[in-house]
Amino acid sequence: MSIAPVELERPETDEAVEPDRPWITLVWNDPVNLMSYVTHVFMEYFGYQRQKAELLMLDVHQKGRAVVSSGTREEMERDVTAMHTYGLWATLQKDD
Amino acid sequence: MRRGFSRDRRGQIRLRLDPLELTALDELLVQLLALVEPERAEPEDPLAAMVGIDPHATESDDPAVRRLFPAAYLDDDEAASEFRRFTERSLRQGKADRARAVMGSIQRLVATDGQGPIDSTEVNAWLGSLNDLRLILASRLGIDDDDGLWRDELHDVPEAEHAMMLYDWLTWLQDALVNVIDQG
Repeated sequence: MSIAPVELERPETDEAVEPDRPWITLVWNDPVNLMSYVTHVFMEYFGYQRQKAELLMLDVHQKGRAVVSSGTREEMERDVTAMHTYGLWATLQKDD
Repeated sequence: MRRGFSRDRRGQIRLRLDPLELTALDELLVQLLALVEPERAEPEDPLAAMVGIDPHATESDDPAVRRLFPAAYLDDDEAASEFRRFTERSLRQGKADRARAVMGSIQRLVATDGQGPIDSTEVNAWLGSLNDLRLILASRLGIDDDDGLWRDELHDVPEAEHAMMLYDWLTWLQDALVNVIDQG
């Protein structure tokens, strides 16, 4: 086990040549998480106003998924970890 | 005082449950702990242990555990595995810590006739553990649609009746807690 920082262990990615291409965090619909809870999580973790949080929650519920944040890969990994802590089903990927 | 979660005039969140309900919840939390507690002792590398890295973390065969610790990358297995090695151990520890906090809270409620204030530092543990329990039960029950079709499918499965009751009860509890928190 190396003690090098996470970033250094990663293989080189094309982030370096495409610095502007952000990564996104997606939250996926599931039949378990309550609409009230999902809204609460978006407000509490991302600091979104209730209206924005509810719209995102409805997107997740009705469209099956929603982009809840965007930024660097490291930032999105933090957000995904937080969503998993809350029990939401989240993934990250490069924005297409 | 109302059953379930409520907020008193001083803004304090309170809970009132029957002794049987508290026992049922405690038993569920024991099972939750068994599922989420990191499986191995601390990793051999003390530095890895310190930062919560588990070099051996792999995706579980248990669908309920997979739902609690889902893959972070949909179409990049290598990145998903690496993410898991760096995060799953501390996620597991966090969920275990929450379950233990709620068990402590339950012990205090039992000692005060099944009702009392929930310490503000424990509110999030309650919210998170109730959600973890619902995710696990839903996986065991095969709840996989938003429209409640699973209820019809389970209608004739007598063994599922108790678990469905628990699931609905946990849903009621969690929803009440979210609403009480958001009122604050």
